[in-house]
Amino acid sequence: MPGKWEAVIGLEVHARLLTSTKIFCGCSPAFGAPPNTHVCPICLGYPGSLPVLNRKAVELAVRMGLATDCEVHPRSVFARKNYFYPDLPKGYQISQFDRPIATNGRIGDVRIRRIHMEEDAGKLMHHGDGSLVDLNRAGTPLVEIVTEPDLANADDAVAYLTRLRQVLMYTGACDGNMEEGSLRCDANVSVRREGEELGTRTETKNLNSFRYVGRAIEHEIERQIAVLERGGKIDQETRLYDVATGETRVMRSKEEAHDYRYFPDPDLLTLDVEPSQIEEIRRALPELPAPRAARYQRDFGLSVKDAEALVVTKALAEYYEAVAAEAANAKAAANWVRNEVLRVLNEEKVELEEYRVTPSMLARLIKLIDSGAIGGKSAKEIFDDMSQSGEAPETIVERKGLSQISDPSAIREAAERVITANAAQVEQYRGGKQQVFGFLVGQLMKETRGKAKAELANAVLRELLDR
Amino acid sequence: MSELLDLPWHEAQAQASPRELVDASLRAIETRDESVHAFLHVNADARGDGMPLAIKDNIVTTDMPTTCGSRILSNFTSPFDATAIARLRANGASFVGKTNLDEFAMGSSTEHSAFGPTRNPWDLSRVPGGSSGGSAAAVAARMVPAALGSETGGSVRQPAAFCGVVGLKPTYGRISRSGLVAFASSLDQIGIVTKTVRECAELLGVIAGADPLDSTSSTQPVDDYAADLASGVRGLRFGVVREAVERLEGEVRANFDEALNVLRGGGAIIEDARVPAISYAIAIYYIVANAEASANLSRFDGVRFGHRSERSKTLDDLYFHSRGEGFGAEVKRRIMLGTFALSSGYYDAYYGRAQAVRATLRGQFADAFARFDFLLTPTTPEPAFKIGAKTDDPLSMYLSDIFTAPANLVGIPAIAVPSGFSAEGLPLSLQLMAPHFGERALFRAAAFFERETEYWKRKPR
Repeated sequence: MPGKWEAVIGLEVHARLLTSTKIFCGCSPAFGAPPNTHVCPICLGYPGSLPVLNRKAVELAVRMGLATDCEVHPRSVFARKNYFYPDLPKGYQISQFDRPIATNGRIGDVRIRRIHMEEDAGKLMHHGDGSLVDLNRAGTPLVEIVTEPDLANADDAVAYLTRLRQVLMYTGACDGNMEEGSLRCDANVSVRREGEELGTRTETKNLNSFRYVGRAIEHEIERQIAVLERGGKIDQETRLYDVATGETRVMRSKEEAHDYRYFPDPDLLTLDVEPSQIEEIRRALPELPAPRAARYQRDFGLSVKDAEALVVTKALAEYYEAVAAEAANAKAAANWVRNEVLRVLNEEKVELEEYRVTPSMLARLIKLIDSGAIGGKSAKEIFDDMSQSGEAPETIVERKGLSQISDPSAIREAAERVITANAAQVEQYRGGKQQVFGFLVGQLMKETRGKAKAELANAVLRELLDR
Repeated sequence: MSELLDLPWHEAQAQASPRELVDASLRAIETRDESVHAFLHVNADARGDGMPLAIKDNIVTTDMPTTCGSRILSNFTSPFDATAIARLRANGASFVGKTNLDEFAMGSSTEHSAFGPTRNPWDLSRVPGGSSGGSAAAVAARMVPAALGSETGGSVRQPAAFCGVVGLKPTYGRISRSGLVAFASSLDQIGIVTKTVRECAELLGVIAGADPLDSTSSTQPVDDYAADLASGVRGLRFGVVREAVERLEGEVRANFDEALNVLRGGGAIIEDARVPAISYAIAIYYIVANAEASANLSRFDGVRFGHRSERSKTLDDLYFHSRGEGFGAEVKRRIMLGTFALSSGYYDAYYGRAQAVRATLRGQFADAFARFDFLLTPTTPEPAFKIGAKTDDPLSMYLSDIFTAPANLVGIPAIAVPSGFSAEGLPLSLQLMAPHFGERALFRAAAFFERETEYWKRKPR
């Protein structure tokens, strides 16, 4: 009886580093400019031009290395990776080969084999019978983050990518924007029967959304199992995911594989980073999402789900912590941020940084609730108003007259007016018809325009009626 | 009027205005270059208030084309100036033209230019050497007082030797490579060709120095290179590289021994030096240089600049035809050799091994410089050869660089100074090498030798 099928998956992620200039020249790496406007002799590979390394890119790569628990190497080496393609101006890509900047790290249970720095290529745009080249992207700084084959299915892969993206964004190394190609993923997939040797792997390239990564891996696992069950064999090849069909297809066979003829780039010195600088960068790292979520569970008593939802971005986590601290109510803060703040941001397509409700405003709202000054229903209304007007919660309470009446003498006066005006119902109640009490409470709420604090209203009314 | 250009620059400057000197240069080019063919482009509108200079056509300039002696760049003008050019411009220099070279500086005779060979002004049936043959011939024929060339394995010193002029290869990193079209990036360095040592020292002072556009340029302070020209060689220690000279014969040998006597006469201490790995220099050089070249020349693909074949219908066609039509035979040979040396399965045996021996060579030079201020060899094993004599025998052509390539592999400065003439009246040359950043000392010793011999005063008919 053959064992069950299992998949072995490793991911290679290219992340664009958030620098203000390209990796080897002074051009802007901004996305979306008109074609070939962010170019110069260096990133166009003009004769006589030379690359000069952007130290900010190095700092960001070191940050990523440290944030993924890698060993960051004080000396690494840039190499030339040789191949011809019209989007590659020099005919070689400057990358790192046998001496990458960082190795041997992890994200959760997934081991990181290496992180290396390299320059991005440009873009080809196909038009009818011809192709046009846009070299704005050429020379954009990237890190490539390569895992060990530690993933077993598409869900694992997506979970890893989700956490990796969070870490990239926390460190400020990458904006995590997949639509603009700031993160691109290649998946190495093989299958085997439980307990057997590793199978032959394929590489599926250029997956530019988490959904496609998941689907491409699922499809590739199914395809490989089907081939093997038919008695066929898997070829070591490069495949491309077709978004339209949801399938992968051959891009390059093993025979067509390039010999990249890597050698150290003599135009660049060895990349040296002082150990003291590495330590400085380590000290400046923010608290990362995984330890932060653990802390929220431990110190604030939040559920895994709440904690994870709040650490998705550094900005959100910091917002949450500010609300929790000022409101002195971490759980209420978690509920408000997770349910209400995220809903409004999502509905109105606003970034947290531009959001009108500051942590202090939300914290004061929570305090108004906790002190009994306002009720839950009014709180929602005040929150929505804050989101729109940007006014302080106290101002809104004032403006809308929403403060609950919690003064017993005010409620007593109102209750006496209700009793006088509804003599017949009061008679019925006193005659033993308890149901009428609800009606009288309703009248009292009407009299107070809904502002009477409910428990207090009940107590006062009952006291007057039962007298 | 053009006798002005026979004078050392500081004397010429005292006798004529900058305008007159530039005009003298342009007139000399007009009358003499038809037979020599040192220039690929002449800038009749050259202006400036400094020295008229010729520039090897692999150094980019915004006001003249840069062809690298190749069909693939026959219509190319650079959008930026090389750093050396920018510094000379700021210093008032006038660029009178771009000089011929072996295609992409790959060659030792200037016969591998796509635009026809340059002839040696001392004997028009002979090569001027290469690859900076145009620059050396232009200075030798007194068309310009000085020229920039480029060095990868001797491409300034060897033609300087063949043409009877001074040729300097500075320390690797001394002059920015920004704007020097790359042949072999770990070896390339802009070099200077002049009639006299002083002109060379003064020009180096203008163009040397750190450059933010070249990470391999050195931050070592720029020296006062002409400061010690009159200091002589008394007490300085010169090592004769035994492995390089033991098999020398005939007039090159006699001329070299004579040169040693001149130095001895000035009080120099001369002893044998050993650099055993020097016998591997040519093998290492042609692996390292070609490997780097195979990548450096990939950018000439017909996509963004340079020649694009009309015959191309597919992307592969575009590469094959553009490069096939654009590059000459020697360039193709070197790209293939270099590609092979880097190929999977061969890298360790060729490129890896060559770099290891290069490190050994560097160590042996360091050991030799612990004992000596200078190392000496002839610049070339023979004087200028006949045009066509070696074009069918690449290996014997490659051996022209046997004494010069080691300095490039090790990164040290070296200078070629005229040391006399063969029986046939062809220039011979002495090479002095110094430790890294030892240019000032190099000029001091070379200036002494020049003063004692005054070979620079002879000029071709």
